[in-house]
Amino acid sequence: MALTNEYIQEKLVEKFNDQVFQFSTDSGILSFESSAEMNLKLLQFLYDEPSLGFTFLTDLCGVNYPDHSGAELVVVYHLHNFIENIRLRYSVSVPVAKPDVFTATKLFESANWMERETYDFFGINFIGHPNLKRILNVDEMDYFPLRKEFPLEDQTRIDKDDEMFGRG
Amino acid sequence: MEQHSHIALPKGSIEKTTTTLNIGPTHPATHGVFQNIMEVDGERVVSTEQTVGYIHRAFEKLAERRPLYQITPITDRLNYCSSPINNMGWHITCERFLKVELPKRVDYLRVIIMELARISDHLICNSIVGVDTGAYTGFLYVMQYRELIYEIYEEVCGSRLTTNIGRIGGFERNFTNTAFTKLEKFLNEYPKVLREFENLFARNRIFMERTQGTGGISAQRAMNYGFTGPNLRAAGVDYDVRVQQPYSSYQDFDFKVPVGTTGDNYDRFLVRNAEMYESISIIKQAYQKVQSFKGAEAEVYHADVPAYYLPKKEDVYTKMEALIWHFKIIMGEIDLPKGQIYSAVEGGNGELGFYLVSDGGRTPFRLHFRRPCFIYYQAFEELIKGGMLSDAVVTMSSLNLIAGELDA
Repeated sequence: MALTNEYIQEKLVEKFNDQVFQFSTDSGILSFESSAEMNLKLLQFLYDEPSLGFTFLTDLCGVNYPDHSGAELVVVYHLHNFIENIRLRYSVSVPVAKPDVFTATKLFESANWMERETYDFFGINFIGHPNLKRILNVDEMDYFPLRKEFPLEDQTRIDKDDEMFGRG
Repeated sequence: MEQHSHIALPKGSIEKTTTTLNIGPTHPATHGVFQNIMEVDGERVVSTEQTVGYIHRAFEKLAERRPLYQITPITDRLNYCSSPINNMGWHITCERFLKVELPKRVDYLRVIIMELARISDHLICNSIVGVDTGAYTGFLYVMQYRELIYEIYEEVCGSRLTTNIGRIGGFERNFTNTAFTKLEKFLNEYPKVLREFENLFARNRIFMERTQGTGGISAQRAMNYGFTGPNLRAAGVDYDVRVQQPYSSYQDFDFKVPVGTTGDNYDRFLVRNAEMYESISIIKQAYQKVQSFKGAEAEVYHADVPAYYLPKKEDVYTKMEALIWHFKIIMGEIDLPKGQIYSAVEGGNGELGFYLVSDGGRTPFRLHFRRPCFIYYQAFEELIKGGMLSDAVVTMSSLNLIAGELDA
């Protein structure tokens, strides 16, 4: 039996009831959310349950929604079942004041650097991570640059007199 | 004599029995800007710490203020050994997101360019493995054919390395006859050269002894480490995005997915070589399909999507409508639909994914690149631990690490 999005959703709801929510399907990928404390339990279930078998972590990244009060930071997991060839998107959101998420490194070695990158750019604190430090930016940096509170330079600004960059 | 107390050695550095060795940030063995801090006991590697980020350019942040077309040149600079795949991967993501349907001829033309890019990526990686094992000849020999591939890019889009090729919906212009002539020349000459290149290495005793059994990984560990592309296939997992989630009409082509068994440097080399033959066969099939279009169909090189496809320059100067679209596209005045998409293509070194989140504005709200080598480079310590230092160098090059992609 081929694995379908409906079956995954059914299975998850059966196991976790109302702790999983916001099911939707964009461009063929089932996505859903849960609370941040549940992330390891869910990933473990998706990994271990024989009829699901999401054993490959394709991608892990952060997103910042400054307007979602109390859930400003989101961690998005893209999982893949190679045998059934089906993808899944799972996300958890945390408040910017206390951005704590459990690490997935125990399940997936690949999560190590992806979590470091997410920490580096969004300041999400992955609890239990073996080596949570900056990876692409300099260690001395004291802010998290991909958060929306750091805008890029306004391209229409005229106060700069910098002939080297063609703005003179 | 006074003691030189101003030399601040790290604590314990006199007593310890191992040596700390820095390979990189700039070192002939890294083939790019990244660093390895290795702890070696004689010639054996005890541990290593990889440092990346030396050429981080904040692409994901930049992309948050750029309309779709301005992101294409950013993708060039990820895996710069096969930029057309990145460009087209990005355009395919946009097309899927905007629900743009492409004519078959465009798909086939894209396949030709993407497979050429795959060949140029693999031949660099494989010949660099040769260089690192002490054989320079192969590298210089195949370079001629990379040059020919670049000339074909040049005919199609005007540039060579950072190509910025194509548009959302197709190509900026039709392929010229010169492009097809050069493609034919490539298809005629390259298989023989590749055979000769393979003869130099594949059964060469020195090469085999240097690469067999070094840098190996099991299929299970490779999947756990998020390997994709030739590196995962060398470990025995037949995962290929072109087959599993076909894009650009790859389902119309007949090709094999070569796999290895041990996941070591030698298998990676063989898998890449075998893939180049498959790519040649795909290009031949695609070229045949392209030639089978007749009449008006043979002139099709883009989809009819005025809202996303830049109009011809002469029309912009003479026609009102074209001028309006040109202005809207260039100024980024077309709002994207709301939603999110993850779309992946098979890049030169693995699954290159684009995760696009849009809030309905003119630019992506968030764009994340899944860069294959950033993810699998984590496994480097496990691959080389306990081995010889010189094997670590070969492993590094056979992983096909591209600094631009590591750092985004």
